[in-house]
Amino acid sequence: MSQINRYDNRLGIWGWLGGGRWGAERYAYILHRITGLGILFYFLLHIVVTSLRAKGIYLWAGHGFLHQPIFEFAEYVVFAAFAYHACNGIRLVLVELGFAVGKPIEPVYPYKTSLNVQRPLLVCMMILTAVFLAIGGYAALIE
Amino acid sequence: MPGISNAARLITFHVTRYNPETDGAPYLKTYAVPVREGMTVLEGLHYIKDNLDSTLAWRYSCRMGICGSCGMFLNGRPGLACNTQILHIADANLTVAPLPNFEIIRDLVPDLWTMFDKHRSIKPYILRINEAEINDPAGEFYQSPQQLESYLQFTYCIKCGCCMAACPTLATDARYLGPMPLTAAQRYNADTRDEGRRERNALTGTSTGVFRCHYAGECSRACPKGVDPARALQLLKRRLVLDYLHLARRIKRCEKLHGPGQGKLLPDIAAAPKGTVG
Repeated sequence: MSQINRYDNRLGIWGWLGGGRWGAERYAYILHRITGLGILFYFLLHIVVTSLRAKGIYLWAGHGFLHQPIFEFAEYVVFAAFAYHACNGIRLVLVELGFAVGKPIEPVYPYKTSLNVQRPLLVCMMILTAVFLAIGGYAALIE
Repeated sequence: MPGISNAARLITFHVTRYNPETDGAPYLKTYAVPVREGMTVLEGLHYIKDNLDSTLAWRYSCRMGICGSCGMFLNGRPGLACNTQILHIADANLTVAPLPNFEIIRDLVPDLWTMFDKHRSIKPYILRINEAEINDPAGEFYQSPQQLESYLQFTYCIKCGCCMAACPTLATDARYLGPMPLTAAQRYNADTRDEGRRERNALTGTSTGVFRCHYAGECSRACPKGVDPARALQLLKRRLVLDYLHLARRIKRCEKLHGPGQGKLLPDIAAAPKGTVG
């Protein structure tokens, strides 16, 4: 029997963005991954910048290179990413420990899923994120 | 019936075509299909096959959302072709593609083998410590309605693969077991007749197991039967964590009742009538 050629139809990274019925949890999922990667990138950058001290280069001191407005704004973006990642992370820990997903039910159309059960938690965490962003933004402006 | 129009509308079907013998990659082919109110995507494909292009291949069987054969990617969303009405999802154009995250065998036929392989690996059947009870049952197991409800929802899975196509994690990690096999694992773990949870934990708790799920929730949105794989996976994670920390409450397993004719008759139940044959 001859070998049948099959076409690999895996979505890859595109699968993060497409391929499903778009819901709030999927946006949260994508943003959680992007902010996670962003924070990881920041930590690596942070190590590079601070290790320059060994060469006697202080990029953040006084009116140094890192005190330009673009970097001040980038610092706020890092804070925003951290606030979102932390708040959404708490939601994920609670959900993954089986809280806020409800008990199995008889599936009767129109179907209600665990997504409906945990939605209030998602909303609360996003409000909390917004509060943190507002406080952080206010603190950055008056600095 | 009032409110239902019989006038046909022309909808352009953009169907993925792929012939493994002649094509290097899939391509889209368009067909104009006259669509009436209530017509399903499956009926549209049949119209193409009967009138426009007899070479089109897809998989289907029951036509009523039970067999799970006709899972497809309809306008960028996974669903069953037989229970999706064309006019519910399309105004003028409808894209019909095979389920992603699977290899394409031909046209709209995905190779679901990888899913069934993973499904088989989690041992989706009742496991008992005493194998003789399974192979040579001497009686029946009692299960209360509450115990049944703890897994009943997850038994409605028809293995159509829509959840596997919708999962963004599976899109980037082929080794991840995926929502369908893990839901099956939770279905049997929660069954009080089963004693194989720890055996399954060895697979579902690995780095390619349930902890790769990050709750995008797409599996539950895509599921055409309301099985809610996302809920099953979170309950599975909870149980794995409790098992790991030795905090899990001991589940009272089913007691085996007597075999036919050996049980004690309750006083308020009338005796069976005498046999009339033989």
